[in-house]
Amino acid sequence: MMLEITSLACARGAVQVLQNVDLTLSAGEAVVLRGPNGAGKTTLLRIIAGLAPALSGQISCASDSIAYSGHADGIKTSLTVAQNLNFWAGVFGQRDITPALDAFDLHDLRDRPAGEMSAGQKRRLSLARLLVTGRPIWCLDEPTVSLDQENVARFAAAVQAHLARGGAALIATHIDLGLAEARIFDIKPFMCKKLAETDPFSDWGAA
Amino acid sequence: MIGLLIRDLRLAVKAGGGFGLALAFFLIVSVLVPFGIGPETGLLREVSGGVLWLGALLACLLSLDRIFALDWEDGSLELLATSPLPLEMVAITKSAAHWITTGLPLALVAPLLGLLLNLPEDGYLWLVISLLVGTPALSAIGTFGAALTVGMRRGGLLLSLLVLPLYVPSLLFGSMVVSNGASGEAVGTPLALLAAISLGSLAILPFASASVLRVNLR
Repeated sequence: MMLEITSLACARGAVQVLQNVDLTLSAGEAVVLRGPNGAGKTTLLRIIAGLAPALSGQISCASDSIAYSGHADGIKTSLTVAQNLNFWAGVFGQRDITPALDAFDLHDLRDRPAGEMSAGQKRRLSLARLLVTGRPIWCLDEPTVSLDQENVARFAAAVQAHLARGGAALIATHIDLGLAEARIFDIKPFMCKKLAETDPFSDWGAA
Repeated sequence: MIGLLIRDLRLAVKAGGGFGLALAFFLIVSVLVPFGIGPETGLLREVSGGVLWLGALLACLLSLDRIFALDWEDGSLELLATSPLPLEMVAITKSAAHWITTGLPLALVAPLLGLLLNLPEDGYLWLVISLLVGTPALSAIGTFGAALTVGMRRGGLLLSLLVLPLYVPSLLFGSMVVSNGASGEAVGTPLALLAAISLGSLAILPFASASVLRVNLR
């Protein structure tokens, strides 16, 4: 089991949005998160990625195993595609960016400043970053925004290759990725809207 | 960490990176002060050390909000927070990049501007030394302020209000080093205190910056 979530409760600001979430993710498995707007998909992914604390419940996974990709692309517009990727490769202790360029067909754009690229091309660069992290669990928040049909297929192929290597993926999306093996996880049953009854300063000592 | 430093330096010197901003501001302030004070060389001579330090401090303040704001806007800060790099390290690297692009060049051009302000000749060495020793504290304190205000729209004013009072000790001891040095008095004590402030803030503030970043990233 790569990722195991047990009875997790999460809050966005002061409002609790999810409760009793149980989810497991094993190697080679992809899970597609579904749920209406505002259900808490992003909140759940951010908590799994360690960006926000959970209200209660456990998340167990190996340390440094999660690669997160959010709504923002995280791209420096004045650097080229290769410079952007090389930077992230360096941060994650990797060297080779060629597989990432291959997977998202970025070879022709290699030396193009990221600021001159279209939204879809930036998105591809942002997704290519996942490959240079070398991390096994991908947590992706709406990864296919502004991608065309062809590149959605490319993305699906990259996810499949990642699963074949023993990785796992947790993807919040509304469109059909064409991932036959993906399991759908609907968070609607776990939704709850109420004020979170916690002391906002309780985790100050821990942080 | 080296990669982040190189990236930040590269971004700072690119168009819109704000590398020249602090330097240009420092230059303009130092050129304008003699016009404001008048042609009395004796008076200018006396205030030159303090004016140069104040100019450097304000120039430093100008570029503070860029330390984290750009990375916050494009989402890189979130990605850095989920990377193997600890946020404490990110904060130290950001301070270092800020110092290399503002504090260091300010210290290097200060003697030229000292000439404009009629700084006594014994003061030049101490001016450069005091700026080299004192400006790292300005960058470290500024990084902390930038981390505190990172999520805010137009947090620049709040940032200045938070950071300026914390700059006072550095300003006091820094200008004391220059004026004591210029008049041939002992500079050991203020210089030691200036160095202590720099070392202390470099040792403690990255941890504070990292924990406020964690809170702001939620």
